[in-house]
Amino acid sequence: MINSTIIPLLIMAALIMAVAPFLGRYIYRVFADDQIKKDTKLNKLERNFLSRIGIDPLAEQSWKAYALSLIAFSTVSILFIYLLQRIQYLEPGNTNHLHAVPPALAINTAVSFVTNTNWQNYAGESTMTAITQTLGLAVQNFVSAAVGLSVAIALTRGITRSRRNTIGNFWVDLMRSTTRILLPLATIFSIVLLSQGVIDNLVISRCITTIAGGKQCIPGGLVASQEAIKELGTNGGGYFNANSMHPFENPNFLTNFLEVYSILLIPFSLPFTFGNFAKKRREGITIFAVMLILWASSSLLLLHFETSSNQLNLAKTANLTAVTSTKVLPEGQDLRISTPSCAIFSASTTATSTGAVNCSLDSLEPAASGVALFNMMLGEVSPGGVGSGLYGILVFAILAVFVSGLMVGRTPEYLGKKIQGAEMKLITIYLLISPAAIMIFSAFAVILKTARTAVGNPGAQGLSEIIYSFVSTGNNNGSALAGLSSNTDFYNITQAINMVIGRFGLIIPVLALAGALVSKQAIPQGPGTFATDKPLFASILIATIVLIVGITYFPVLALGPIVAHLSLGH
Amino acid sequence: MFIVEVGTAFATLDFVATIKSQTTSDIVFAVSVIIWLFFTLVFANFAEVIAERRGRAQAASLRSARTALIARLIVKGSIEEVPAESLKVGDRCIVTAGETIPCDGEVVEGIASVDESAITGESAPVIREAGGDRSSVTGGTKVLSDEIIVSVTQEPGKSFLEKMILLVEGANRQKTPNEVALNILLSGLSFVLLLSVATLQPFAIFSKSPQSIVVLVALLVCLIPTTIGALLSAIGIAGIDRLVKQNVLATSGRAVEAAGDCNTLLLDKTGTITYGNRQAVQFFPSSDSSEKELAEAALIASVADQTPEGRSIVDLSKKIMGDNGAVETSQSDDWITIGFSATTRMSGVDIGDDSYRKGAGDSVAKWIVENGGTVDALSSKAITEIASSGGTPLLVAKNNRSLGVIYLKDVVKEGIASRFATMRSLGIRTVMVTGDNPVTAAAIAKEAGVDDFIAQATPEDKLSYIKKEQRSGSLVAMTGDGTNDAPALAQADVGVAMNSGTQAAKEAGNMVDLDSNPTKLLEIVEIGKQLLITRGSLTTFSIANDIAKYFAIIPAMFQRVFPVLKPLNIMHLTNAHTAILAAVIFNALIIVALIPLALRGVKFRATSSASILRRNLSIYGIGGVILPFLGIKAIDIVLTLIGVK
Repeated sequence: MINSTIIPLLIMAALIMAVAPFLGRYIYRVFADDQIKKDTKLNKLERNFLSRIGIDPLAEQSWKAYALSLIAFSTVSILFIYLLQRIQYLEPGNTNHLHAVPPALAINTAVSFVTNTNWQNYAGESTMTAITQTLGLAVQNFVSAAVGLSVAIALTRGITRSRRNTIGNFWVDLMRSTTRILLPLATIFSIVLLSQGVIDNLVISRCITTIAGGKQCIPGGLVASQEAIKELGTNGGGYFNANSMHPFENPNFLTNFLEVYSILLIPFSLPFTFGNFAKKRREGITIFAVMLILWASSSLLLLHFETSSNQLNLAKTANLTAVTSTKVLPEGQDLRISTPSCAIFSASTTATSTGAVNCSLDSLEPAASGVALFNMMLGEVSPGGVGSGLYGILVFAILAVFVSGLMVGRTPEYLGKKIQGAEMKLITIYLLISPAAIMIFSAFAVILKTARTAVGNPGAQGLSEIIYSFVSTGNNNGSALAGLSSNTDFYNITQAINMVIGRFGLIIPVLALAGALVSKQAIPQGPGTFATDKPLFASILIATIVLIVGITYFPVLALGPIVAHLSLGH
Repeated sequence: MFIVEVGTAFATLDFVATIKSQTTSDIVFAVSVIIWLFFTLVFANFAEVIAERRGRAQAASLRSARTALIARLIVKGSIEEVPAESLKVGDRCIVTAGETIPCDGEVVEGIASVDESAITGESAPVIREAGGDRSSVTGGTKVLSDEIIVSVTQEPGKSFLEKMILLVEGANRQKTPNEVALNILLSGLSFVLLLSVATLQPFAIFSKSPQSIVVLVALLVCLIPTTIGALLSAIGIAGIDRLVKQNVLATSGRAVEAAGDCNTLLLDKTGTITYGNRQAVQFFPSSDSSEKELAEAALIASVADQTPEGRSIVDLSKKIMGDNGAVETSQSDDWITIGFSATTRMSGVDIGDDSYRKGAGDSVAKWIVENGGTVDALSSKAITEIASSGGTPLLVAKNNRSLGVIYLKDVVKEGIASRFATMRSLGIRTVMVTGDNPVTAAAIAKEAGVDDFIAQATPEDKLSYIKKEQRSGSLVAMTGDGTNDAPALAQADVGVAMNSGTQAAKEAGNMVDLDSNPTKLLEIVEIGKQLLITRGSLTTFSIANDIAKYFAIIPAMFQRVFPVLKPLNIMHLTNAHTAILAAVIFNALIIVALIPLALRGVKFRATSSASILRRNLSIYGIGGVILPFLGIKAIDIVLTLIGVK
C-alpha cells in the first residue's frame, strides 16, 4: 500500500530539490549587499518610496534598531486589523450584514495573522467581510511572511559578517521580501490556481434553491489571490472555514499537490540562501538535508499511520461517514482528496507553520495527529515557516555545535564564530520561552473548568486537543484539532498571548543573537575545527533537535497521543 | 544541584505530611527514593571534594617550601633578621650560600647558583645574577654558592607561587567562559524540565492519574542534567591539576581553555625546535688535504675550546679519526692556546712552529693570506654552500695552508617534525621565532617542518606578528623568558613564561613553566583540548541518558491508569516502584562512576577533528543512550531480587 502512496512524496521531494537551489540563489541576490546598493531603476524607486515615508534606505541598523522597527511595524499591524474587524459593519460591500467581530476574537485574529500563525477561531465566510479579509488578512499573509524572511536574513548576516555592527535595514528587507519574492511568486501561483478552478471574484454570495427546495447561499470572494499567499507565506488562514477542504480553495488533485509544493518551496530554498551568504554551499546543503530528512520522515510516518490502520480503526469505532460498496472512507476527509494526500498535506503544513488543512486533523489517527503535534513541537524547523524555519534551525545548529563541538577539543564555533555565554543565554531563552508558555497555558486550560468544557472528545484525545491548540499557537502554526471549541474569551486571549510569545519572544532573541555574532571576528576554519558541512553534523543536528524536543514534551506526548494510539488496540 | 536540594526537601516534607494514608510498600518506596536523592547530592559534592583534595595535595608540596622562612633584611646598612611574611615590596635582603630565598624578587647585586628543585623538581642548579634576563628568583629556592642581594618584588602571600597555589586548591577558582556558557544552557534545560514535570501534574489529574510528589521529584532529578552539573567543576579543577603535574602553573582556568583553542603557536627556535647549540656535522677537506688531516687539525684547534660548538667538533673529529684522536690530545703541555675574540673571530693553538686556526671564513682566509698562502677553490665553495644552506662554515688552517671547512649546523630535535605534523592535523600552525638571518631561519624551518618563521626577530616583531594573527581571528600561544618578551606574552592568548625568566615576563604571561622547557607548549595545548573534550563528552552523555530514564519512569507513573502504556516499558521493568527507584539509583551511581573519568580526562588522541568527534560521539553519545537502559534494567533486577514491591 505504501508503495503507490509514496510516489507523490518522491515527486514532491524531487521537485523541491530541483528548484530550491535556484530560488535560494535568487533570494540571496535580493538581499545581497552589492545588489541592494546598486543603482538600478527598481532600487531607486524603492529608495524613493522609503525616503518619502521617512526612512533612510541606505542606512543599516543595529540589532536593536532592527528589532524596534519590527516591533513597531507589527504593533501597528495588529492595531489596524483589530480596528478593521471592529468597524467592519460600516464597510461598503458588507451585503451579508456581518457584525463587528467581538473584541476577544478580534484580538486573537489580529495577533494570529500578524504573527504568521493564522489560527482561526472563526469561520472566514460567515465572520469577516471581503474588505477585512482582503485589506487586513491577505495583506498580513504577505507581510507577516516578509517579517519572518527578514529576520532569517538578518541572522544570516549576523553569522556570516565579521566585525560589523549592523545586520541590515528592516524596512528595506521587508519591502524587498514582499515585492521581489512573495508578490511575484504569489501572482504566478494565483494564475495557476485560477486555471484549475479556484474562484477569484467580487461576488459576495450566490444563493440557489437546492433540489430539496432549501435555500443555500455560497459566498464568493478573492480566493485564488489569497490562497496563493496563504500557502507560499506558510500562513494557512483559509478564506473559508473548511480551508483547503473547500472545493473553491482546493478543487482537485493537481491544486492539492501544488499547494503543498508552494508551502514547502520558500522554506526549503532558504538554506541555500544561507549557503550563498556564507560563501559555503555545503553549509546550506547540510541544513537543507536536515530539513528534508525531518520532513520526509514525518510525512512517511503520518502516511503509515493513516493508511495502515484506518480501516481497522473505523470498523471498530463505526465512525463511518460515507460507505460505498467497495470502499470505506474515513471520517473527516473529502472524496476528492485521498488519504495519502491528506497525510502529506498534514505533515507538510505542520512542519512549516502553515495552518492550512485539507482534512480534519481531529479525525486523524491519534498516532498521526501525534506526528503532526511533534512536527510543531520541533519549533517549526522542518523546513519551518518562511524565514522562521531557517532561523529556528540555525539556533538548533548553534546549540548542536555548542554541545558536541566541545568534543573536538576547542571551544565551540559555528562558521568561525565563537559561541560563548552571551550567545548561549539568547539561545537558551529561545529554546525555553515557547515550551514554557505552551506548558503553562495548557496546564491552566486543563485545570480551569471553563477551558475544559471546550473539549470535544473525552480522555486522551481531549488532552491532545488542548495541548495541540497551544502547541499550534505557540509555534505559530495555526492548524487545529478542531474538536476544541476555542472561540471563548479564555482561549482567544491565552492563545493571543501565546502567539505573541511564540513569535516575538523568539524573534527578539534571534535578532539579539545576530547582533552578538555580527560583531565577532570570524576565526579561520581548518582541520582542527568542528566541521558543520558534513553528514556527521547533519545527524548530530537531527539528534539534537529530536532529543531536546523529545525530553521537553515526552510526558505530554505520552499522556495524549501515545495513550490514545495504544488505546485503539495497536 | 539547587533544584535537587529543593526537590529532595519538598519530597521529604510531602512524604511526612501524607505518611498516614500510605501503604507499607509505598512508604518503603518513598523512603528509598528520598535516601537515594540524598545520595545524589552527596555524590555530586564528592566529585568536587576529590578534585579539590588532589589539588590541595599538590599545593601542600609546593607550600612546604615556604614555611617559617627567616629573611636577613638590610636596614640602613646593617642586617636584621625578620620573618619572611613581614617583607614589603622594595625591601632588600641578603642571601648567602646554604640559605633559602625568602621571597620572589630580583637579584640586584651578585651572582649565585640556585637550587630550584623545590619548585621545578630539576636537581641541576641554575645561575642567577644581577641584570639581564636571569635576575629573577623565586621564594622557597635555595642558594648553593656565593651571595646575592635580592630586592623584594612581591609581598609574601601575594607572590606568584602563592596565587597559583590558591588556584590549584580551587579556592578562588573562577568559571571559565565556556563553563559559564555551558552553565547557562544547563540551567535553561533544567528550567524547561522543571516546567515539564510541574505541568505534568495537571495533565495527570486530567487523565485521572495524579502522582505523588516523591515520584515527580524523582522524575525531575533524573531528567535534569545532574551528572554533568555535578562533574563540571571537578573537570575544571582536574584540568589545572594535570597542568601542575606537568610542572606548569596557570594563573586562570581561562588560560587552560584558551590553550585548547590556540591555532597559532609561536615557538622559540632555540631549545624548542633545535637543541640550542650549533654542532659540527660534517668536514669538507680542501683540494690538497684529506678528511683525516682536516679532522686532526680541527681537533687540535678545538681541544682548548670549551664552548658547545668546540666540544662538538672534538666529538666529530674523534669519531672520524678513531683511536688516534686520544693520543693527540694528551700532548698538550707545550701548546699555546689562542682564545676566540670578537676582533679576530678565530681561535686555535700554536705548537712550536705550527699554528692551527679555525674560525669564520673571511677571518681565517685573511690570516692565511697574511702568512703568505691562499685559500683553495674547494674550501671557498664549501663556505658559500654551507652559508647558503643556513649552516655556519668554519675554515680550518695550518700555517699558510687551508685544510678545509667544518660544517656547523643547528640540529633539529628528534621527532619534532612529526609533532608539528600532528599539530597541523589538529589545525594548529607552528611559527618559529629566531634571531638568525632569514637564510638560516628558512633552512631550519624547512627541516623542522614549521609553517612559518620570523627571522631576526625583535620583541616588536613578535608583538606585531601576534597582533596580525589575532586580527585574522587566530588565538596565539607563545613562550618567552626575557623582560623584553613581556609585551608579547601579555598580548598572546596563552603566554607561557619560563620560570628561569624575569619577573616581568612571569607577570605578563598567564602560565609559568617551572621546568623552563619551551617544548611544553605542545603539551599545554593538548591538556587544554583534553579538558574541553571531557566537558563536551560528559555533557553529551548526561543529556543522552534522559531517553532511557523517560522510558523507565513514564510508563511506571501511568501504568496503573493506562495499562495500554505497557509497550513503552521496553525494558520490562518489574513494577512501578522498582522502575522509578532503579532510575534514581542509576542517576546517583553514574555520578560516582564517572568521577575517575572526569578527573583523568577523556583520552586525547592527536588526530583530525572529524575522527576525534566520531570516536567520542560513538562512545559518549550513543553509549549515553544505551548504557542507562542496561544499567537501569540491571538495578531493577537487583531490586526485584531483594523483593521491592
